[in-house]
Amino acid sequence: MNKKRSILSNHAFYLLIAIILGFLAGAIMLLAVGVSPITAYGKLLESVFSRPKFIVWSMNYATPLILTGLAVAFSFKMGVFNIGAEGQFVVGSMAACAVGVLVDVPAVLHVPLCILAAISAGAAWALIVAYLKIKRGINEVLSFIMFNWIAFYLSNFMVNLKVMHKVNNREATKNVLDSARIFFPENVRDILGCSSANYGFILAIILAVIIWFILKKTTLGYTICAVGYNINAAKYCGIHTNRITLTAIGISGGLAGLGGAVQLLGMTGRLSKFAGQEGFGFQGITVALIGASNPIGCIFSGLFYGAMKYGGSKLSLIDVPTEIVDIIMGMIILLIGVSYTLKSDFLKRVIKKEAE
Amino acid sequence: MEKAYQVDKNKVVISMKGIVKKFDNLLVNDHIDLTVHKGEIHAILGENGAGKSTLMNILYGLAKPNSGEIIVKGKAVPIESPKHAIELGIGMVHQHFMLVQPFTVTENIILGMETLNGIVLDIKSAKKKVLEISQKYGLKVDPDAKIEDISVGMQQRVEILKVLYRGADILILDEPTASLTIAEINELIEIMNHLAADGKSIILITHKLKEIKASADYCTIIRQGKYIKTVKVDEVEENHLASMMVGRELVYEVDKKPMLPGKTVIDIKNLHAKDYRGVEILKGLNLMVRQGEIVGLIGVDGNGQTELIEILTGLLRGESGDVIMNGESIFNAEPKQVFDKGVSSIPADRQKHGLILEYSVADNLILQNYNQKPFSQKGILQRNEIEKYAEELIEKFDIRPKDSVNKPVGQLSGGNQQKVIIAREVTNDKDLLIAVNPTRGLDVGAIAFVHKYIVEQRNKKKAVLLVSFELDEIMSLSDRIEVIFDGQITGSVSGDDADENTLGLLMAGGKLNE
Repeated sequence: MNKKRSILSNHAFYLLIAIILGFLAGAIMLLAVGVSPITAYGKLLESVFSRPKFIVWSMNYATPLILTGLAVAFSFKMGVFNIGAEGQFVVGSMAACAVGVLVDVPAVLHVPLCILAAISAGAAWALIVAYLKIKRGINEVLSFIMFNWIAFYLSNFMVNLKVMHKVNNREATKNVLDSARIFFPENVRDILGCSSANYGFILAIILAVIIWFILKKTTLGYTICAVGYNINAAKYCGIHTNRITLTAIGISGGLAGLGGAVQLLGMTGRLSKFAGQEGFGFQGITVALIGASNPIGCIFSGLFYGAMKYGGSKLSLIDVPTEIVDIIMGMIILLIGVSYTLKSDFLKRVIKKEAE
Repeated sequence: MEKAYQVDKNKVVISMKGIVKKFDNLLVNDHIDLTVHKGEIHAILGENGAGKSTLMNILYGLAKPNSGEIIVKGKAVPIESPKHAIELGIGMVHQHFMLVQPFTVTENIILGMETLNGIVLDIKSAKKKVLEISQKYGLKVDPDAKIEDISVGMQQRVEILKVLYRGADILILDEPTASLTIAEINELIEIMNHLAADGKSIILITHKLKEIKASADYCTIIRQGKYIKTVKVDEVEENHLASMMVGRELVYEVDKKPMLPGKTVIDIKNLHAKDYRGVEILKGLNLMVRQGEIVGLIGVDGNGQTELIEILTGLLRGESGDVIMNGESIFNAEPKQVFDKGVSSIPADRQKHGLILEYSVADNLILQNYNQKPFSQKGILQRNEIEKYAEELIEKFDIRPKDSVNKPVGQLSGGNQQKVIIAREVTNDKDLLIAVNPTRGLDVGAIAFVHKYIVEQRNKKKAVLLVSFELDEIMSLSDRIEVIFDGQITGSVSGDDADENTLGLLMAGGKLNE
């Protein structure tokens, strides 16, 4: 009986069900538009797993998502919902792009400089919101969302600047200098069969471990979670809650900004004019939720989302709408939300049964 | 010797026989019997976790017994749900009120059984009915007031009205006095007598002996899930009730040797402050506490004691005045500075301010010292040291269960949660201990425990400021009692000379020697 209970109290169990049901819901949608789910899901699997280089590509897709996922998960721990990861991601890529295009120094300096600029930009972007929250009591969700749009238009503005955009092309910036790219050495990329294989994924894993360490092992993590669980008690016991709020939101913003840098330096190499929000930050919310706000969990949920995105991008080859991926991910999130309620209900029932 | 409990078959309204309830393998109710007559106030006495709430949840249809029989007004019925219980005429007033804050009193009372006039809510006739019931039993309420604007005492009367409005003639009151002031408690007892005189039966769950003595006809004692005895209340002594409840003789006397107060530890001078609405609530308050004395601060709720404590602990900013701690001002300092200057405190609301319920017992014990050696080094928590420290305190302060080092503190009983706070604050061993309602909601055993440690701090020549609504607690512990009224100290009485009447007079704003 206790085995049953331990399964029912495990997040992974509900996650698995949510994922299965999410795919089932996707299958119904596919049938509705006249596509065989077996063909579509077959293509999805094939596009991710049939060749090693596809897996590498999936990891590339996962990298920024892991980082924004970490950003959101970290903010959850402190009881703040960083829905502004999107904007922090954008200013992060802007900073990395500007430093990458305009500063000409050797690679040993250039990459750290770009990354540092991105982290600072993301952190600063989030800190403005945190400051408004602390000093003026402005709800952070509102300002985060507004700052997403400010970042969005600021980025388009930057693309339009003469020093930044390509000659005779105002739709995208110049590529960042080679010294700022974070690609693996050429021969490694050849072996992997992926022209964009880069250090970003490794960086994301390291960050996840660092964040896990901060939360679990350090006094900073202890105070952040204390504030997240019960800000009144934290304050009463002498924890400087404002300082902790600023620190945590700053770190969260920095992580999202780093995500922007990694995407830019590892994948795109330049900024293009946005037509709509790219959604890396919002997808980070999904990653954090699937990963149960656990930093290590974010690695796996980020990989899952990354693979779905990469595999999904191939679906158009067989005339399957790629939006199906977003529908499935949305369903999974919805179901995870439902599962929190079901979990307590199931557990109660099992306990009741055992008692009888 | 008290006489055996007499059952009068004609008047029995509720009879629970051999009720057994198990959670997991834990026997919470082990063959409990309960008989309640018409027009009787029947107290159920037991320590925290004795199983009295479970028994009442069974009676109210919130839980199902594993075995046993419930007979309501002569008919054996399995009670399926609270709805079913209400149909049977059983109503329950929970310890934590279940009211909709922005709704009016009337709206709350009729919630779920609104009378309609066509399709429109018929508030008028509902209000009339509410007023009728309230006048009949002396339940004074303002039917148009919003819940968020009325006192806790009135909120409770609304809860009782809610039950009566649904036609209940058997009322279960779960710890009804837990958050009431002395005057409100007296009023409640009067209301209960009214109701009983009108033929309603009241089941009173409590662990306050004094209230049982003052109101109940019979008392059923439950200990560790087992039925102990049912007694006629006016035939037993208070301390006999207490020892039946805990299963051993209780030593009430605290070890308080006579002591001369030493130098002043905290000196509060001419303190002015506003409450959250911006209304002046402290109006030039002066108070000082010296080494080796317990100063009891008492007053009717809302006279500024909450704000005073918030200022002393750094949660609220005062307007003017000064607070001198060991010669240095801590007026409007941050909580951390206040703590560092030698103030530790047992907060009034342990779940809001005292503990982080999701954190383990160990993590809660280091809430103020987490960044000091040996608990952390260079910002890294030292788990082994923290757990070792926690194990010591769990042993020393008898926190149960014993293996709760890494258990979330929210899983502990209220009494043990309070022990965690006491353990932490007493071990901090600061010059001043502020204790605010330190025994609220605790049973007799835990109360004695808390009192012991408060007195021990005093005996160690520390200063103690005790703020409490419990007159008994203030009178039995304090060396000096200060009465707060309308934002000022209006009277000071030596602990030995204090009597209830004088204090009551002072608390109501009267003056001595007039």
